[in-house]
Amino acid sequence: MGVPTLAPHVRLRHDAARDQYVLLGPETVAVLNGTSAAILRLCDGQRSVAEIIAELRGTYEHVAEDDVRGFLSRMAARHYVEITDG
Amino acid sequence: MDSPFGLLAELTYRCPLSCAYCSNPVDLVDYGDELTTAEWQRVIVEAHELGVLQLHLSGGEPLLRRDIAELASTARDLGMYTNLVTSALGLSRRRAEELRAAGVDHVQVSVQADEPAVSDRIAGTPSFARKVEACRLVKELGWPLTLNVVLHRQNIDRIGAVLRLAEELDADRVELANTQYYGWAWRNRDALLPSREQLEQAEEVVSAARTRLKGRMDVIYVLPDYYSRYPKPCMGGWAQRQLTVAPNGDVLPCPAAQTLPLPRASVRTDPLARIWTESPLFQAFRGTEWMPEPCHSCDRKEVDFGGCRCQAFLLTGDAARTDPVCHLSPDHGIVEAAVRAANDGPRELTLIPRPHRVGQR
Repeated sequence: MGVPTLAPHVRLRHDAARDQYVLLGPETVAVLNGTSAAILRLCDGQRSVAEIIAELRGTYEHVAEDDVRGFLSRMAARHYVEITDG
Repeated sequence: MDSPFGLLAELTYRCPLSCAYCSNPVDLVDYGDELTTAEWQRVIVEAHELGVLQLHLSGGEPLLRRDIAELASTARDLGMYTNLVTSALGLSRRRAEELRAAGVDHVQVSVQADEPAVSDRIAGTPSFARKVEACRLVKELGWPLTLNVVLHRQNIDRIGAVLRLAEELDADRVELANTQYYGWAWRNRDALLPSREQLEQAEEVVSAARTRLKGRMDVIYVLPDYYSRYPKPCMGGWAQRQLTVAPNGDVLPCPAAQTLPLPRASVRTDPLARIWTESPLFQAFRGTEWMPEPCHSCDRKEVDFGGCRCQAFLLTGDAARTDPVCHLSPDHGIVEAAVRAANDGPRELTLIPRPHRVGQR
């Protein structure tokens, strides 16, 4: 798995009115939990998945590699994330 | 009560095209007195305070408003996602660069078919070549592009070629949406409603294209609800997730609701938050209490919310009835009759174009 980045049509925003993180697309609003938002904030087109996992481990106690990879694959399948060869 | 996520800002109902499937209101003359720039900016700020995250700049043709970049940058400064929904007529390079700089996040361009003769005939004006050029410009500037195609009896057989055009233009998304019968489209319904055979063929083409384009292009396909067993969950429920502001400042729970016999609400007289929470118009069909049978005891009442109020009104004269699209509706025969007529062999009905300007009756 290579380098993930947010798809060009989506924006990651903090929704102040509801105090939650959301991914915005032209017709969609995906509400994110804290962990999902933490992963997506690191999807900057620079860091590899391995680097993202390492960085999450600096902040969170239990980071299961398979969970992060699985989450990113699901986000890619929904066109929210693009994964390029790093 | 939940806050709305999206604001559809119908900046003007003026349009260089005259598509017969347009869902703009038939009485365009009522909307000539458009909100000023300052009024729209106030609406955007109030919408943001109310919890709106997405702003759709639409119309009519929103590019006919000279202040559209100003409005987009107001939304951008508030962190809103801004979506431009346009015919692309008027999207010159200068204009496009200005809008890109103002923070428009995404552009949706309509085409009426896959090639100039049919597209221009449906649009009522030579426009296809300019649209294609504008799509290339959108991609060149690094914008995500959605190609919007309203499908109907006169273009649905070309859906394969439309998908190839979307591919050639490198669109990120393509929205193939069958016509919804409101406004001018309601007036033209019988000439627009496709046959079952047309729909089945279209569906095959779409499903093959989805497989072929997987991971490259998002293909959204919206069936005509006249052929569905259950109604669409219109707007995600009345006054639940979205609101529309019309060019004259009227606030609506859905863009077709201006025809309903309900009291008006306007940003010219009330703050948006008060309209959303308290106005009789927004309260009229909120929740499930208003529902008649068979909706009220139906276990799908929180799935499709009784369908579309505007469709119920147009088909039965009573906005509080079950959407006749539902096969359980006592009025379903009205929809069945329209579907039967659409499948009664070939017919060529004339389309009535909508006028370009709002001053014409």
